[in-house]
Amino acid sequence: MKILIVDDFSTMRRIIKNLLRDLGFTNTAEADDGTTALPMLQSGSFDFLVTDWNMPGMTGIDLLRAVRADERLKHLPVLMVTAEAKRDQIIEAAQAGVNGYVVKPFTAQVLKEKIEKIFERVNG
Amino acid sequence: MEHDAFPQDDLESTLKNNARQLVDSLERGNFGEAVQMINELNKARDHGLYLEVGKLTRELHSAIVNFQLDPRVPHAKEVSQISDATERLNYVVTMTEKAANRTMDLVEQSAPLVNDLSSEASSLSADWGRFMRRELSAEAFRELAKRMELFLARSERDGAKLSGHLNDILLAQDYQDLTGQVIKRVTQLVTDVESNLLKLVLMASQVDRFAGIKHDHSILRAEQVKEKQPSHGEGPQIHADKRDDVASNQDDVDDLLSSLGF
Repeated sequence: MKILIVDDFSTMRRIIKNLLRDLGFTNTAEADDGTTALPMLQSGSFDFLVTDWNMPGMTGIDLLRAVRADERLKHLPVLMVTAEAKRDQIIEAAQAGVNGYVVKPFTAQVLKEKIEKIFERVNG
Repeated sequence: MEHDAFPQDDLESTLKNNARQLVDSLERGNFGEAVQMINELNKARDHGLYLEVGKLTRELHSAIVNFQLDPRVPHAKEVSQISDATERLNYVVTMTEKAANRTMDLVEQSAPLVNDLSSEASSLSADWGRFMRRELSAEAFRELAKRMELFLARSERDGAKLSGHLNDILLAQDYQDLTGQVIKRVTQLVTDVESNLLKLVLMASQVDRFAGIKHDHSILRAEQVKEKQPSHGEGPQIHADKRDDVASNQDDVDDLLSSLGF
């Protein structure tokens, strides 16, 4: 299971990386915005994408749309972990095809639940 | 000074007086006097306008002085309060990032120590149970005693190390005090800037009033709305619990998503 973590703040990437490791996911890579993440996704064999929304360069929502528009990536499960909490934005992300949505600040328990739910649905 | 402070009242009374005299003159059929009155009215309006423009200019000047911005010396040695505030906020970003990384370093160093101690403790406790049930040979007991001794020494050593890490984690939180002070100062500056700007806006609106300029507020508002693009992100929402258009917690998000069929 190879996971890409996309967030412009290195501390947040590190927190998510540590939480994922606690959940048994040790194979992770990091990118600081959509522009750097997309080529990594296209060339690496990632199984899961965790992305922030608000980032300089390419935002998380644009990255999500780019992933869904890419023939080889369109089935990649995407979890959004973001401070963006407006209802319109959550609906926008859902319509763009997000698999899970976690608002910051979040707990390890919430992250675990959402990830498990996504894999249940993907595998089931 | 009072004369200067309420030019609009002054102007209004002048206008009223002159207008009454104008009507009066017209009713009396004295057109020469009426034209004279119209001239007076114009003069009063122009005078008010000059006065307001003068005041606006003075306010602009003092605002520039207050912001410590000198347009003539853009690379002055003395930084403006705004760029000083920018630097201070950058300092906050650096400080909080350093503290977060320092804390995570210590947690990452501590986690294996705790995990090793607890796994060794559970392994020892299993063997200890075997010993209590007299299932252990003398040779195996000597082995257990040796491991026990090593474990106790290691517990002491790693315990001290962990306690040190916890102390360092505590100390790493000192950024709160320092960044809090910086943010309070910047907040004060923002408040000052706002009140200065507000004064300027009020002054400018006086000029608008004397000159009879009208702005189309609906166009201005439409431009403001256009600038807000939700897909660019807005960052954390303050007072999320008091707003209807914002999910205030994860449960809200989950409810919304499940209503959408998630």
